[in-house]
Amino acid sequence: MGNLKEELKAKIIETLNLEDLTTADIADDDALFGDGLGLDSIDALELIVLMDKDYGIRLADPKEGRAIFTSIQTMADYIEKNRTK
Amino acid sequence: METKNGNMMNAVYISQINCITPLGFDVQTNIEAVLEGKSAIVKSDKYPLFPDVLLGEISDEEINIRFEKISTESNFSRLEKLMILALYPIIKDKNITEKTVLVLSTTKGNIKLLKHLESSVSEVNLGKLARKIARFFGFITEPIVVSNACVSGILAVSVAKRILQFSDNEQVFVVAGDEVSEFVISGFNSFQAMSDEVCRPYDKDRKGINLGEAVAAVCLSKEKKSGLVEVLGDASINDANHISGPSRTGEGLFISMQKAFGEAGILPSQLGFISAHGTATLYNDEMESIAFNRMNLSETPIFSLKANYGHTLGASGLLETVLSIEALHRSVVLPSLGFEESGVSKPIRVFTEPQTENIRYFLKTASGFGGCNTAVLFEKVE
Amino acid sequence: MNKKLYITSHLTIQNNKVILDDKELFRSELEDFSAFSKEAYKHFEINYPKFFKMDNLSKLAFLGAEIILKKELLNDTDNDIALVFANRSSSLDTDYKHQKTITDKANYYPSPAVFVYTLPNICMGEISIRHKLYAENSFFIFEDFNAEFLGNYSVYLLETGKTTKVLLAWVEYFQNEYKAFMCLISTSGTEAFNIEKMKEIYTK
Repeated sequence: MGNLKEELKAKIIETLNLEDLTTADIADDDALFGDGLGLDSIDALELIVLMDKDYGIRLADPKEGRAIFTSIQTMADYIEKNRTK
Repeated sequence: METKNGNMMNAVYISQINCITPLGFDVQTNIEAVLEGKSAIVKSDKYPLFPDVLLGEISDEEINIRFEKISTESNFSRLEKLMILALYPIIKDKNITEKTVLVLSTTKGNIKLLKHLESSVSEVNLGKLARKIARFFGFITEPIVVSNACVSGILAVSVAKRILQFSDNEQVFVVAGDEVSEFVISGFNSFQAMSDEVCRPYDKDRKGINLGEAVAAVCLSKEKKSGLVEVLGDASINDANHISGPSRTGEGLFISMQKAFGEAGILPSQLGFISAHGTATLYNDEMESIAFNRMNLSETPIFSLKANYGHTLGASGLLETVLSIEALHRSVVLPSLGFEESGVSKPIRVFTEPQTENIRYFLKTASGFGGCNTAVLFEKVE
Repeated sequence: MNKKLYITSHLTIQNNKVILDDKELFRSELEDFSAFSKEAYKHFEINYPKFFKMDNLSKLAFLGAEIILKKELLNDTDNDIALVFANRSSSLDTDYKHQKTITDKANYYPSPAVFVYTLPNICMGEISIRHKLYAENSFFIFEDFNAEFLGNYSVYLLETGKTTKVLLAWVEYFQNEYKAFMCLISTSGTEAFNIEKMKEIYTK
């Protein structure tokens, strides 16, 4: 699980072009949206694509996304349970 | 019309209109279809990766049959044929001089050619597209291409009016068009922006857009006697908020309307109807209701044509203006298809049946990616 | 009586150089635009993380606007600057990138962050957001820098009171070939505005 979280942090930094961040800067429980990393609506859509492309998870309802993408921890939990890749 | 600096500006009129859509190859057929509540949006089988996608597509066969009647030349893309067909009836009897200009509006032009990645860059170039159309009709002047997301079609009208006011050009033809393509479908799909039903502008159960394609054309000049409408006021103000989501306060659209009304010298209460953008996304329709409310336009009849045609991107602003001009002259407010119950936070007045009404002024608005907005006011020429 | 119009300032970004009012402000050895633009971003101490989400056309336009408008010493209320932009290639550089994500049907993952930049006017949106510009925006396509049209259009916006200042720009980017030319036109300055003068500066 630890590896998955590290992997996710690295992927998010790369995919979302978070230029000045390293994986060390993102805590497992940091809010990804709102006041934490400050991701926006396009970032949320990118994360949905990332889930599909890298983990084979298609969200049935994209609105579920907000809960899943609360933090690295919640994302990792969800991926662990649902990944097909 | 006097400007802020006291210069007399020539009045500008739209004198001829035409459109081509899946519902018909001329204005009359289209207006009657809209009055009857017809929709062009059906499940398409052309895109294997999007097997259930709902689209408004024009018949390839119809395009070719009609194009062959006006030209035997074969090296035109489907979009070019459509644009030529739309312009043809309004240009064919005109004298093209060094004071005649073509303004072309499109978001993606011949983007379908990109599929063949070996294509040279020049094939998809928008300037090349415009020059081909211009050459077909014998234009001497360089065409002006407007490519400004989904406001392009109505912004092109604004640009044409401005050209007639700042130059000694005498006539401006505007053509606007976009095609449905995998390029665009896949993009909007990645935005989760598309509905799995015929779209429902302003409705509480709206789920997103349908994509469509169309071409429209108009002719503008300073001659009142052949005019259908006068272009009274226009503005295109940015939201300065987000590149894909509209301003929550409708800032850009609101200021655009304020400026258009200021230039026109008329009051919101004088409007007969608003031909709005109404894409049926959660955010766009909500933003519009807020902007219209701020302009004291909550009682003015509004409609969207996106459920009849889908979102035709660079064509939409002009297509919807053309049909609004026709409606104005038929003294009718067009019904807003897809609407049952309001799902926006500010009051709006939407009719689902045609309303007979003597109308003098109407407003056309549009909004698009990049935070752009355009508002143009029109007055009937009797 | 119309107020006199001036080329308040002008800027060119080309060949890894940034030149403002004929003065070279920055030069880089980096040929790759992405790397060059990052170096420029750091050199000019721009603090705007969203820069790195932009496509190359938007980065080019954003950099240019950042430098030319900073010189203008904008205060918070100075947000009536019309953007009159044009280029030859539209958003083609990014269009290719989007097309690549939909070419392999077995590996089909279009990206919304790429797709949103497949419209040339997005770069004006980025500039408007950054500088809170609630102003006229229009994007045109021409084969080459059309000084007559863009100049006359800008003058019209100013003379009719549709705007207070105009940032006129040619921002062309395609596969590492780029040029940004920007001209801020307003009622203050020392260089009187005329189209010939603007052409001359562009061609330098």
